[in-house]
Amino acid sequence: MKLEYLVAVVVILFAAQFFYGVANNPGSEFGGADGEAENVIAAIDPNYEPWFGGIGFEPPGGETESLLFALQAAFGAVVIGYTIGYYKGKGEKN
Amino acid sequence: MHIFEGFLPSPWWQIWFAVSIPVIMYGIYQMNKLVRERREIVPLLAVAGAFIFVLSSLKLPSVTGSSSHPTGTGMAAILFGPAVTSVLSVIVLLYQSLFLAHGGLTTLGANVFSMGIAGPFVAYIFYKTASKAGMNFYLNVFLATAIADWVTYVVTSLQLALAFPFEGSVFASFKMFALVFATTQVPLAIMEGALTALIMKYVVQVKSDVLVGLNVLTSTTVAKLKGAME
Repeated sequence: MKLEYLVAVVVILFAAQFFYGVANNPGSEFGGADGEAENVIAAIDPNYEPWFGGIGFEPPGGETESLLFALQAAFGAVVIGYTIGYYKGKGEKN
Repeated sequence: MHIFEGFLPSPWWQIWFAVSIPVIMYGIYQMNKLVRERREIVPLLAVAGAFIFVLSSLKLPSVTGSSSHPTGTGMAAILFGPAVTSVLSVIVLLYQSLFLAHGGLTTLGANVFSMGIAGPFVAYIFYKTASKAGMNFYLNVFLATAIADWVTYVVTSLQLALAFPFEGSVFASFKMFALVFATTQVPLAIMEGALTALIMKYVVQVKSDVLVGLNVLTSTTVAKLKGAME
């Protein structure tokens, strides 16, 4: 169980850095770093226009986007849980 | 956080495709060979891919006041090497660019290179070297993964800097992008390293024979790790 405790400490430290970040960046919405990189591009080359776009499906809003991200995570979590659980059960039977 | 659709001008998007495609092809070849010769690794391959799915969907807030997500590629890199990891990354990046407008098709080559090749390559080399030097397995996984995550975003910064030099200087521009990406990523990399070490513990618990077969661990190390779990 030692590793689990260490990971728990890391999770707590992570939460702490988040709250520290909230206190230090009042008003920040914690938007994506890629959006900020877009601002840097705009600062370097104000005339740059993305030359390609609109091929894939674009979620109409935040709700649909969070649904698709949740599906992605849920799918992954099911595969991990099923596989590890299957082998754990099999190992205990033998 | 991947480079947005249309945000790499010619010739950069073609260059990154040209660099990534041979690695992806070799990865597909390696993966087919592994699946044919060692059926028992298939579930582990699925878990490694699923782990990338989960971690790259978690947009975590960072102390810098912005959010980004881990890559999740450390596990696949340590188990199967960078080439197979690049194939798994293509799947995730395609899903995100086709359904989530996150990343993009024209920037896929560059994003696969940073997330699926450069980071995993460094993780793989680090893991193998540290493992020969006798480093504790979990510490090794933690460090290799955290470094892979961080390298991914340093490379992303470099890719953007090459395409968008600031007043002619790639280095000046690299510093601007690295400030956004690489600093946001430091707490995330640590988090990702810890989560990957934890899942590897469960893999050792249930499927250590496959790890020995893949030359990830020696049977002596497995015996020692399992002894510590009792």
